[in-house]
Amino acid sequence: MVQKLDNLMESPSQTAGPYVHIGCTPNFLGNAGIYPVDLGASAIREGAKGEIITITGHVRDGSGMIMRDAMIESWQPDAEGLFPSANETRGKADPNVLGWCRFAADFDSGDWTLRTVKPGPVPHIQGMMAPHISLWIVARGINIGLQTRIYFEDEAEANARCPILNRIEHRARVNTLLAKKTGDGTYRFDIVLQGEDETVFFDL
Amino acid sequence: MTETSPTTGPLFPRDRFWHPPAYTPGYKTSMTRAPSRPLVATSSTLSEETGPAFGRDMLGERDNNLILNFTGQPAIGERIIVHGRVLDQSGRPVPNVLIEIWQANAGGRYRHQKDGYLAPLDPNFGGCGRTISDDQGRYEFLTVRPGAYPWPNGTNDWRPMHIHFSVFGSGFGQRLITQMYFEGDPLIPRCPIVRTIPSQEAIDSLVAPLDMNGGIPMDALAYKFDIVLRGRRQTMFENRLEGL
Ligand SMILES: [Fe+2]
Repeated sequence: MVQKLDNLMESPSQTAGPYVHIGCTPNFLGNAGIYPVDLGASAIREGAKGEIITITGHVRDGSGMIMRDAMIESWQPDAEGLFPSANETRGKADPNVLGWCRFAADFDSGDWTLRTVKPGPVPHIQGMMAPHISLWIVARGINIGLQTRIYFEDEAEANARCPILNRIEHRARVNTLLAKKTGDGTYRFDIVLQGEDETVFFDL
Repeated sequence: MTETSPTTGPLFPRDRFWHPPAYTPGYKTSMTRAPSRPLVATSSTLSEETGPAFGRDMLGERDNNLILNFTGQPAIGERIIVHGRVLDQSGRPVPNVLIEIWQANAGGRYRHQKDGYLAPLDPNFGGCGRTISDDQGRYEFLTVRPGAYPWPNGTNDWRPMHIHFSVFGSGFGQRLITQMYFEGDPLIPRCPIVRTIPSQEAIDSLVAPLDMNGGIPMDALAYKFDIVLRGRRQTMFENRLEGL
């Protein structure tokens, strides 16, 4: 016998299920009257510094079906790479960048939209991480929230040096993490849960 | 006063053998929604170690009272208190974090356009609530016991009584959604979603015991449900690459 470790096990995840909107986006669902607004309705306030961008996409499952029941949360730093987080120790982030946003796929089209500032690069012990937005995706059929990241195709140099992107052995798959520029300040980022062009998911 | 959970430092890696795997054929929808390629795994970064914080000023007075928070008139059902603590894997309380819950009404029906179950809606039950853990990581909700309900999976699959929980930590990488079950519910071991969890020990950690001392006599029963989030490493040898 050996001494006992003091660690507890994390609470095991369970699917968010089809009714996640009741708890997380009740106003979006039409259940108004409980909370004045849905939490995380915007990642930024007016006056946020940096390039304002709009990213649109959908989530597709392994049968090719566009998921109308997905809910996504995003987290990112401001344009300088500072997080609006109580535990950010490197400086004070732009007060108009909230950093966290929550959005559900449209019940009809399945599209989701994120309007935010383009994030700055963030340091890592092995170099600078290229500008990216962290995503956490839940839905019916997803047993544990999926972590992925939005990188930007127009940041090729920073992407090439990003220590996290460089962890992806199958280089062709890096492309699944690149938001594609569709216009001035607009990007497309589709997420594929399974199959060909499957998005890279992380365990970070 | 108890030492609270650290808010900086790398996160403990997730134990993927403890959590449900993504692909669980007993829960049919997971089969097309499970990534088929391995997750790209590496230590947490600042993007996971930082996260949003929520202040109590955003909470409405009845946000954690699901019996009254929809119309102000009481919802129908068995009155229960659900309370517990948010802890990290080192056993330290996680204070000031947002906890959101949602659930079916006493008849097993959700207030959602996708739910067509026979059981009626309760005009006074919205089915969601939220609160923020106190400086000791404690939280509390007043609600009604949710009903069990059938769902399309196998021919006769029923969800046990459950409450969905969404919990934040101090880092976005601690983000967790799970479900609380009720002690003694015979539907627990029969549920394909419960059974996505590999071990009985892990399943047991989601079953809230009846807590006779936590309730209010002549008013409400109580169930205790503690939630454990990923811990953080606190070694002083951290964040240095050998030879650099
Ligand atoms: Fe449910």
